[in-house]
Amino acid sequence: MTPVQVQGEVLSVKQVGAYLSMTVVASGVAEQARPGQFVAVAVGGDDGAMLLRRAFSIYQVAQRGVYGGTVEFVFSVAGKGTAWLAGRRPHDTVDIVGPLGQPFALPKEPARCVLVGGGYGAAPLFSLSDALRKRGCRVDVVLGAATADRLFGALDAKRMAASVAFTTDDGSYGEQGRVSDVLPEVIERTRAEVVYACGPMAMLEAVTRVASESYGGAGIPVKVAVEESMACGVGVCMTCVLPVVGDDGVTRMTRSCIEGPVFTGDRIRWDSLGAVPADALGAMAQFSTAGQMAR
Amino acid sequence: MGDVQIRTSADATPAADVDMSTSLGRLDVPDPVFTASGCAAAGRELAPFNDLSALGGVVTKSIQVDPRSGRPTPRMAETPSGMLNSIGLQGPGIDAFLAKDLRWLADNDVRAAVSIAGGSVEEYARLAGRLRGQPVALIEVNISCPNVEDRGHVFACDPNAAAAVVAAVKRNAPTSVPVFAKLSPDVTDIVAVAQSCVDAGADGLSLINTTLGVSIDTVTMRPTLAGITGGLSGPAIRPLAVRCVWQVHAALPDVPLMGIGGIRTGTDALEFVLAGASAVQVGTVIFNDPSAPSRISAELRTALAARGFERLRDAIGLAHRPPAIRVPEEADPLGDEQPEPDPVRRHVSFDDASTVTFEAERRRDNASNVTVNEGNEGD
Ligand SMILES: Cc1cc2nc3c(=O)[nH]c(=O)nc-3n(C[C@H](O)[C@H](O)[C@H](O)COP(=O)(O)OP(=O)(O)OC[C@H]3O[C@@H](n4cnc5c(N)ncnc54)[C@H](O)[C@@H]3O)c2cc1C
Ligand SMILES: Cc1cc2nc3c(=O)[nH]c(=O)nc-3n(C[C@H](O)[C@H](O)[C@H](O)COP(=O)(O)O)c2cc1C
Ligand code: FES
Repeated sequence: MTPVQVQGEVLSVKQVGAYLSMTVVASGVAEQARPGQFVAVAVGGDDGAMLLRRAFSIYQVAQRGVYGGTVEFVFSVAGKGTAWLAGRRPHDTVDIVGPLGQPFALPKEPARCVLVGGGYGAAPLFSLSDALRKRGCRVDVVLGAATADRLFGALDAKRMAASVAFTTDDGSYGEQGRVSDVLPEVIERTRAEVVYACGPMAMLEAVTRVASESYGGAGIPVKVAVEESMACGVGVCMTCVLPVVGDDGVTRMTRSCIEGPVFTGDRIRWDSLGAVPADALGAMAQFSTAGQMAR
Repeated sequence: MGDVQIRTSADATPAADVDMSTSLGRLDVPDPVFTASGCAAAGRELAPFNDLSALGGVVTKSIQVDPRSGRPTPRMAETPSGMLNSIGLQGPGIDAFLAKDLRWLADNDVRAAVSIAGGSVEEYARLAGRLRGQPVALIEVNISCPNVEDRGHVFACDPNAAAAVVAAVKRNAPTSVPVFAKLSPDVTDIVAVAQSCVDAGADGLSLINTTLGVSIDTVTMRPTLAGITGGLSGPAIRPLAVRCVWQVHAALPDVPLMGIGGIRTGTDALEFVLAGASAVQVGTVIFNDPSAPSRISAELRTALAARGFERLRDAIGLAHRPPAIRVPEEADPLGDEQPEPDPVRRHVSFDDASTVTFEAERRRDNASNVTVNEGNEGD
């Protein structure tokens, strides 16, 4: 897999509940993309003041004869960059790099899988579900969000999954509460063997805990797609790091754009997010003159 | 007017045959565009987007003796036309760097400009020594680091400390490899630091590193970066960087300079060259456009051709020379002939403004002499 950079024509920008879904012609990206990978989109135009790329999970790709491959992603307007994207219209061009990052690893043998999505974090789970079902896996889904309009893909989920559970913080749809409140029951009921999750970091931490404590503490593997602040998306800036335990047991500040965004949940040092654990490789005592080393 | 026509036709023919080669001390490179330290890792990740071996080279992320975890996150904040970073020189340490990163660059025929960073003069010296016998095209000494032996004072801010580092590196580095000192703009007299690095043996200078900034998150009402202060980079600092190149080239015209700071296009790069840079480095803009180094190289070539240059070298420092009207001879469309008197320059008398009517029909009827445009012709 080699990422490509394309000037893609916008085919459509659609409102989907609280989100926008943008479809862009991006041949090269579309053909190579695998579930869990993302694209990094330049915002603001060639002379604009916003230099950093915005990362979005790939929702789905399609091969369309006339256009070449297309890529669709789902986003909410969070700040200036996403507001600019929301203002794009069909035939506008956006600069996209992708596919980026490590995809979700699929079980070699058919397995019973629970997919957990929070808000727009549901987006990458549909192509994952397709891939899993092609391998003969059973797929059950848990979707959660703050409010009903922030649940993404509820209908699709009902169509494709053996069962779907919904939660909202305000109880406007499904059960009131968090995905991690209903997840233990779903794991037990479906006799799940693997959990996949994408959503806010706090949710991923809770899902990891539930999965590791399942079956009386025996635990099942959990793969999470994280969301760390990114500047480049391609591995050259070192802004997107988080503490991850390697196969050798050593914690490293690991780039989530290259070695992630999908990690094995219990490899992430959740208690140390935003910090450098003292036992991490090359951890240094805090400098009193903060910032000097940055240069 | 002739000048304008020449530029237009040259811009339309980008098959520009310009000699882009340049010299950085004893190092000759076929192209003046490098990637900037910390903005290209060790090159590999940019290979899908650039022909790295065609560039001047890759300046690798500053490497230290031991592995470094860097700073906590958040490590960056986007700012207008720029960003703040406080990465904290995260890196694998010199051993792993030589075994993996430098090897990869050599295997792929990419010129490696190795950036080194230390907390003491002794560490810089050790790093320089480790580069002996290695496939290194150039050594860039990142002196924007706190000196642990001097209460964390940054080497680059003190001409004597900067000189001590450069001298130690020169003593230990392979003799055939040019050593460039990379200067910080956060000093009152950059020429003094430049002079003292050159006196200590620097073969050239890289200008500039980031300048210190702070961003406050108005939602949390706390600093945005975990490290509080960060280095400001990107087009926001370009005039500051061009100023540094300008001043240092004016004072030390024979010292090769690498211009760095907010280069986004070929004409941005040209600005640095005209100010006195023999080569340029592209940094933050790579985050915006991973193919920027190759694109900027091509754009610079076109921009040089459009201005009638056959060699990049002829443009270096040109802005310091007194202005002369340069109209390439063979392209002068008027030759020796006397131009026709310019009709616009004729004396024109006007009616009293109150009597002027703007009916299109009328104007066409009266159009025997003077044409009046509807819009303002921008004079
Ligand atoms: C791997 C990955 C996948 C993502 N997938 C999606 C998705 O499918 N849909 C979606 O709506 N959002 C997604 N995000 C988050 C999205 O990147 C941010 O919402 C977006 O960058 C905000 O940009 P802005 O200019 O509107 O906000 P601003 O706050 O103005 O952004 C300022 C800067 O911070 C960075 N930034 C801010 N918030 C985030 C964030 N949450 N994550 C990463 N960087 C951030 C931006 O890149 C930018 O450099 C994903 C992030 C990552 C890392
Ligand atoms: C994320 C980031 C990391 C950097 N790391 C280094 C570094 O390790 N060593 C160094 O000498 N300069 C480092 N720099 C500074 C750049 O090499 C460059 O001098 C500066 O950013 C100005 O150029 P630019 O505006 O093109 O980015 C870094 C800059 C950024 C943005
Ligand atoms: S976002 Fe730049 S290294 Fe990961």
